[in-house]
Amino acid sequence: MIIKLASIASSRSGDKGKNTNIGVIFNSEEVYNWSKKYLTSNIVKDHFSDVVKGKVIRYELNNLLSLNFILEDSLGGGGSDSLLNDAQGKTYGQAMLLMEIDFPNKLKGYINE
Amino acid sequence: MKKIVKIANGQGFWGDSIDAPSNLIKYGKIDYLTLDYLAEVTISIMQKQKLKNSLLGYAKDFVELIATNQDDIKKNNIKIITNAGGVNPLECAKSIKSILKNKDDFKIGVVKGDDIYNNIDTLIKSGQNFKNLETGEDISDIKDNITSANVYIDSYCIKDALDKGADIVLAGRVSDPGLTLGPLLHEFNWKNDDFNKLASGTLAGHIIECGAQCTGGNYSKWYDLKDLSNIGYPIVEVKPNGNFTITKPKDTSGIINRLSISEQILYEMGNPKKYISPDVCVDFTSFNLIDNNNNTVSIKNVKGFTSTNTYKVSISYFAGYKSTGQLTISGPDAYKKSKFVSNLFWDRLKLAGYEYNNKNTEFLGFNSCHKKMNQKYNGSNEIVLRLSVKDKNKQKVERFGKEISPLITTGPPGITGFAGGRPKVQEIISFWPALIDKKLIKTTVEIL
Repeated sequence: MIIKLASIASSRSGDKGKNTNIGVIFNSEEVYNWSKKYLTSNIVKDHFSDVVKGKVIRYELNNLLSLNFILEDSLGGGGSDSLLNDAQGKTYGQAMLLMEIDFPNKLKGYINE
Repeated sequence: MKKIVKIANGQGFWGDSIDAPSNLIKYGKIDYLTLDYLAEVTISIMQKQKLKNSLLGYAKDFVELIATNQDDIKKNNIKIITNAGGVNPLECAKSIKSILKNKDDFKIGVVKGDDIYNNIDTLIKSGQNFKNLETGEDISDIKDNITSANVYIDSYCIKDALDKGADIVLAGRVSDPGLTLGPLLHEFNWKNDDFNKLASGTLAGHIIECGAQCTGGNYSKWYDLKDLSNIGYPIVEVKPNGNFTITKPKDTSGIINRLSISEQILYEMGNPKKYISPDVCVDFTSFNLIDNNNNTVSIKNVKGFTSTNTYKVSISYFAGYKSTGQLTISGPDAYKKSKFVSNLFWDRLKLAGYEYNNKNTEFLGFNSCHKKMNQKYNGSNEIVLRLSVKDKNKQKVERFGKEISPLITTGPPGITGFAGGRPKVQEIISFWPALIDKKLIKTTVEIL
């Protein structure tokens, strides 16, 4: 079934120089374990293809049921160098939650209302 | 030794709520109040102020805060730890002394040694290459345009100041989590190889350093929060073994739970297995987070390991000029019209002989933040057209700003929103992160 990432996860984003980081926090261990297979760097890079010029790197935090993504060179230079309305990637966390994902039916009970 | 030390944060950045620190001081049940005033750009603004007037270069808001709240700070016996000293902590301290009702009420510990702006040439000659940490570029290209250079020094300078009896610790560029770790080093006498405890204190500092961003601010499930008007700023209650609980004053709004704290832990995170601070490397995948389901979260068993033999240096430099102007374009066909207007705008500048290598056109209300990621867009009735350029040539950037207002009478109808006048030309202050050998930096504390 196709759902928005927002219905199974929370997020926060911020800048690291020219890069953005997006932390994605899942609502349960079951969903987190599924996400480790599904939510790859490549899928995230595709979703952000309009803004990411470099690589996307993924880190796992099992203790927080979270994934951390680094979007390299995604802020038009970053900081005061950038001409973007969102020069610090503050809104990218929300953009991440807009992603449409193919979610397994058997985990349907974990979808937030 | 105290059984629990309570440390609050009332200022996540310069420009954060002016009432938050006062509210925490009046609330009173805290031992320390930490206040962060420095962003990378802030410090270069301060350096500029200091070059014009040697008595300036610090966060003046902080002096006002002490002036207004001195009675309550004393009554509630709260010590204050801040980086408000900027590039001139000594003058900041003198300014505070001058507004105290009784000069002996507060001992001020002034931390010095982070500002290397005046000896950067000597350091380069002595072999420090200050290579750009992100790009690997050589510093020689920007050396003549440097506007500030500060080292993220370790937190033992804060401990030193408190050991010497300071009631207010006034630093410049200490690390943000160090504002919290410093008082813990003083209270619990943690050694510099107690890595797990240092890591705990650093994590505690990281969680509260952005103020209300861990207590319901910027919270993904904002729609679940009934009221944020009286949002509580965070307090960490730390035990001698390093374990701690995050809470906030009673009768404040906002929320503390697994999500609010996890979101903030991940904020501005790089590699979570190796979060490097001047004091310790923290493993953010190591600890247990326990939601107590009563608006508090506890953290246990944080692991850390030895830090690097370098400090991070925050260098800023002048990198040219930029300008941004906006117009509101109303419907029908607001997006189509906005595209037409933006093409018209750049064409006119071109006709006048002005072309820009770095320019940007954005459609606020349509896709400026989320681009094509937001597939639900169904046509807005009005769009804010945001136009920007940057260039080394100031005159070219000025000329850009003069071309915006004519669009109101020489383009399509329904354009407004130009009340602010011509956009200003801003100087671009860029950030150059680098490293320096720890042995070269000596910090000192002066008590006033």
